Amino acid sequence: MSRLKWLVPTLYIVFLMLPIYWLLNMSFKNTNEILGTFSLWPQTFTLENYKTIFTDPTWYNGYLNSISYVVVNTIIAVTVALPAAYAFSRYRFLGDKHLFFWLLTNRMAPPAVFALPFIQLYSAVGLFDTMWAVALAHCLFNVPLAVWILEGFMSGVPKELDETAYIDGYSFPRFFTRIFIPTITAGIGVTAFFCFMFSWVELLLAKSLTSVAAKPIAATMTKTASSSGYELGLLAAAGALTLIPGAIVIWFVRNYIAKGFALGRV
Amino acid sequence: MSQKAQNNKAWWLVMPVVILVAFNAVIPLMTVVNYSVQETFGDNVFFYEGLKWFGQVLHSERFHEALGRQFLFTGIVLLIEIPLGVAIALAMPRKGIGVSICLVLMSLPLLIPWNVVGAMWNIFALPDIGLLGKTLNAMGFDYNYTRQPFSAWATVVAMDVWHWTSLVVLLAYAGLTAIPEDYFQAARIDGASAWSVFRYIQLPKMKRVLTIAILLRFMDSFMIYTEPFVLTGGGPGNTTTFLSIDLVKMALGQFDLGPAAAMSIIYFLIILLVSWLFYTFTMRNEN
Repeated sequence: MSRLKWLVPTLYIVFLMLPIYWLLNMSFKNTNEILGTFSLWPQTFTLENYKTIFTDPTWYNGYLNSISYVVVNTIIAVTVALPAAYAFSRYRFLGDKHLFFWLLTNRMAPPAVFALPFIQLYSAVGLFDTMWAVALAHCLFNVPLAVWILEGFMSGVPKELDETAYIDGYSFPRFFTRIFIPTITAGIGVTAFFCFMFSWVELLLAKSLTSVAAKPIAATMTKTASSSGYELGLLAAAGALTLIPGAIVIWFVRNYIAKGFALGRV
Repeated sequence: MSQKAQNNKAWWLVMPVVILVAFNAVIPLMTVVNYSVQETFGDNVFFYEGLKWFGQVLHSERFHEALGRQFLFTGIVLLIEIPLGVAIALAMPRKGIGVSICLVLMSLPLLIPWNVVGAMWNIFALPDIGLLGKTLNAMGFDYNYTRQPFSAWATVVAMDVWHWTSLVVLLAYAGLTAIPEDYFQAARIDGASAWSVFRYIQLPKMKRVLTIAILLRFMDSFMIYTEPFVLTGGGPGNTTTFLSIDLVKMALGQFDLGPAAAMSIIYFLIILLVSWLFYTFTMRNEN
């Protein structure tokens, strides 16, 4: 029984890899081969699809746009969440529990509900079709999540650390930046990972808030799928390239991923 | 918890978060509430309509059907993903290089943009050139997700299981590795069976992370939009039109702002209510 235990995760990983393999397979084929024959690997191996993406500005700008709003969002979310999470983990204050719950309710808000009001709001403040609109809009769900995860990590740090530092004459800002933040770098890494992840994968708001200048890669893909016939090979190559940032990030935080969610308090 | 100092100045520390989230949440929410009680014929002229739209949405067949499909979908994916995720986490290696390989490969689906997940499954399941579709048809199944409601449903569910089971695995695994080794040694000395180890040691220790897993999976599957939209477009017919797809159709497609806004509020309240009920229920059992 326990000898065959390894089979379960192995089969599961095979199941996970099959669609990804098929995507890669398609991305190395030309359109004729995709539509004409059915083959488990490319018969006439081509890099044409990738070449199109790297030379056509509408394609590679999509990637740059996506990366820029994801990075800005992650920085904003973690920066504002740090002091807030510290407040929740160290102090009781008027309405703290209600505030915490209210923050979490925003994680439960369907983006579909907010799509139209967001378009109006960000048009009104003149940020529509900039990466700032998407970066700020994604704070709706990423800031509560960041506070939630960071609070879990901070509660694991003994309070004696704070008290000793204050006795030693540290002011709050100096203690926070010089001592406290360095002790929870692992937690900050995990938080940044989850913010990056949820901003990178979201499309509905990112697409609604942009039209031309700041269009994310995901939106470029949907446009291609519907407008220029059905260029499956190109679409597959674009999809395959979106796996790379995620894969890089996972590799760096692999030892902390599992911890990240588990430590947050419900 | 009780050792925390009372300090209302802590409000200054949460202020940036409150301002940022309020800007993003309160203003749009008020816009939605505004629309939900008014009628417009364009030109920014609005008439107060009271609760008319709420009544209309709550009594419309279209909403009932979308809501029914939504609960059915969420129920099915939770019933598959939670037990499957726990089973995989139990079978995962505890140390060595295998852990890293499992974690990295399993996390991969979580970091793929949702429309790419839809597009990937679209290509994977096409009856004529997709690996899955071709194989199923070669095995004698009559499978075509663009035409048959059952195929479409099976594909959407399989896609969600593919996409999100790893999240349950990661959480369950984190819960399992937090159990001290002594517990298992004690159980071995007592001659406990694998089942009773699971039932009396592992399951109770995983309760907290599983609560998070169920809540997150409930919320996210209840809001699902992009993946089925890219894969099936809500079809064939309306058979895979879940609440978010229906809502976007109504708000941005037909521009029925009043009913769409009323539906948004009902939709949000359902998620809040179910999450709250589930949370209070599990927490009460704990005490």
